Amino acid sequence: MKVTIFKRPESLTTAITHYCPGCTHGVIHRLIAECLDELGLREKTVGIAPVGCAVLAYNYFNTDFQEAAHGRAPAMATGLKRTRPDLIVFTYQGDGDLASIGTNEILHAANRGEKITVVFVNNAIYGMTGGQLAPTTLPMQVTTTCPRGRDVKLTGWPLRVAELLATLKTPGYVARVSVHDPKFTIEAKKVLKKAFKFQKEGRCFSLVEFLSICPTNWGLTPSEASAWLEKNMIPYFPLGEMKLPEEF
Amino acid sequence: MNERGQKILMKGNEAIAEAAIIAGCRAYFCYPITPQTEIAEYMARRMPEVGGVFLQGESELAVSYMLFGASAGGVKVFTSSSSPGISLMQEGISYIAAAQLPVVIANIIRNGPGLGGILPAQSDYFQAVKGGGHGDYRCIVLGPSTIQEAVDLMILAFELAEKYRNPAMLLADGMIGQMMEPVELPVFESTPPPTVKGHEEWATIGAKGRKQHLIKTLYLDPVSAYNLNLILNEKYRKIEENECRFEEIDTSSKMDVLIVSYGTMARICKTSLTMLAQNGIKAGMLRPITLYPFPILKIRELAERAKVVVSVELSMGQMVEDVERAVQGKAPVRFYGSAGGLVPNPDQVTEGLMKILKEEGVLR
Repeated sequence: MKVTIFKRPESLTTAITHYCPGCTHGVIHRLIAECLDELGLREKTVGIAPVGCAVLAYNYFNTDFQEAAHGRAPAMATGLKRTRPDLIVFTYQGDGDLASIGTNEILHAANRGEKITVVFVNNAIYGMTGGQLAPTTLPMQVTTTCPRGRDVKLTGWPLRVAELLATLKTPGYVARVSVHDPKFTIEAKKVLKKAFKFQKEGRCFSLVEFLSICPTNWGLTPSEASAWLEKNMIPYFPLGEMKLPEEF
Repeated sequence: MNERGQKILMKGNEAIAEAAIIAGCRAYFCYPITPQTEIAEYMARRMPEVGGVFLQGESELAVSYMLFGASAGGVKVFTSSSSPGISLMQEGISYIAAAQLPVVIANIIRNGPGLGGILPAQSDYFQAVKGGGHGDYRCIVLGPSTIQEAVDLMILAFELAEKYRNPAMLLADGMIGQMMEPVELPVFESTPPPTVKGHEEWATIGAKGRKQHLIKTLYLDPVSAYNLNLILNEKYRKIEENECRFEEIDTSSKMDVLIVSYGTMARICKTSLTMLAQNGIKAGMLRPITLYPFPILKIRELAERAKVVVSVELSMGQMVEDVERAVQGKAPVRFYGSAGGLVPNPDQVTEGLMKILKEEGVLR
C-alpha cells in the first residue's frame, strides 16, 4: 500500500525557484504554505511581496498577491485588511525593506495593532542589489558598502526589530526564529502557525523574524553559512517569543 | 443626471468629503495638512456613521500605499491632501497608475515651493497634469471653480477612476476648500456600491475556486514592461478622446482676447470679462474643467478667431505651456498671473489684460 508522507502544500505553486542555491527563502515560503494549508486559509489569503530578493514571491504562492514598493508592504496590508477584514493578509519583507526604508510603516502598523502577519526575513545583508550594508549587518561584517567591515561608530549597531516592536504597548505577537537547521526550522513553523492563528482569530498584529542565510552574498557555502549564522547571528539576535498578546 | 437635493450652505472641504460618500466611497485614508484638514475631520465623523473605514496614516507616503492596498481589494478609496503632502504621495501614485487602480485624490493646493504657505495657489498644475511621480503615466485631473462644481466633479472623479481604472485627481485650491457657498448635493435613487464595478475579475480578494489575482508593477522582461506602457498609452488616448470637458463664455464671434483660465482664477476672470466688455473689448473665455485631458482642439479652434490668447493663472505660468501647445502659433499666447498666496482681484486682472492688449497692439 502506498502512503503519501510528504507532498507539496496546495498553497505553493510548481514554479521553479529563482533563489540562489542554499538560500533559505524557499524554506520560509514552504513554512508559510504549510501553515495556510493546515489552517485552511489559502482561499482567503492575500500576500504582499516586498522589494528585494523576494519580490517574485508571488510566483510561488497559490494565493492572491500584491507587490509593494520598497518598505511599504505594511501600509498596503493595512489598506487591504481594514477594508476587507475577512481576508488573511501577510507581508513578506527582508531586512533592507522592513528595517531600513520601511521602519515607519512597520512601526506604525504594529502600533496600530493591524491584524496582519508580517514575515520578516533577516539575513544581515541586501541580497537583490548584490550584498550591501543592511540595518541588521553585524559589527565588522564585510559587505560591498562596508568593505572594511561594519564600523558601529559610523553606522550604528544592528537593529533588533523584534525587540523594538516588543516594547509597544499595543497587543501583538512578536517572535524570532531561525531556519538554518532542521531542528530550528521545526520550531519556526510552530511559531509561524501561531502568528497566522492569531490573525485567523482576529486577535492581533503578529511579526515573526526569521534569521536566514545568504550564502551568495556572504561568500560562504550553504553549510558554512548555516554555521556562521549560528555562531554570529543568534548571539546578537536571540531566538524566542518576545511578546505575546494579552490574555494568552 | 441624478437629482439634486435641497440647497444648503457648506464649506468647500466638507462638501468635497460628503460628495465622496454620495459617490459610494466607504474607505478614506489621510494625513492632516492645511488647508484641507476639514476633509479629514469631516470623514472622521461621517465614515463610522455610514459604515465606512476612516484611518489617519503615519505619513502621506504610507497613505498612498493604504490607497493601493485597499483599491487592489476592489473598494472605492479616497484621500485628500495639500501640495507638500501630495508630493509625498507621488511615489504611491506612480505605482497606483502602473497597477491601473481606481483611486480618487483631492489636492487642495497651497502656495509653494517647499513648505510655502497655506494660501490658495495653482502652482501644482505641472505636477498634477504631467504625471507627478516617476515613469510615463497620467492622472485624470479635474479643476472645479465653485463648490457646487467641486461636488459634481468628485462624483465624476469616482466614475472616471472606475471606468478607466486610473487615478483621478480633484485639483482645487485653498479658496475652494475654505470658502462657504450654497450647494445642492446630488441624490442617487439607490446608494452606489462601495466596491468598484467588475472588481471580481481582478481584485485580490482571495483565490477561491480560481487562479491567482496578482496586482504588480514590476516587469523585468523588457517586452512586458514596454507593453504595459503601450496599454497605458492607449488608455490615455481614449481618455483624451472621450473625457475632455470645458466651459465656453462669449466665444461665439471674433475676439480681441481669448482668456484661458480654470478654478478660482476663472471665477475672477468672469468678472474681468464684464469689465473688459464695458471698455468695448470683445473678450471670451475658455475654462478647462478637465486639466488632463486638456481641451487642446477646442483652444486651437478658438485661437483662430482671437487676436491674442492669455492664460490667466494663480502661478508664475504653468498651464500657459499647454495653451501654447494648443494654439500652435495661430495667435500670440501671453501669460497673466500671480504667485500663489496673493489672489488678484478683478480690477488687477482686467488691468493686466489691458496692458497685454496694448503691448500686442490690439488696443491703442
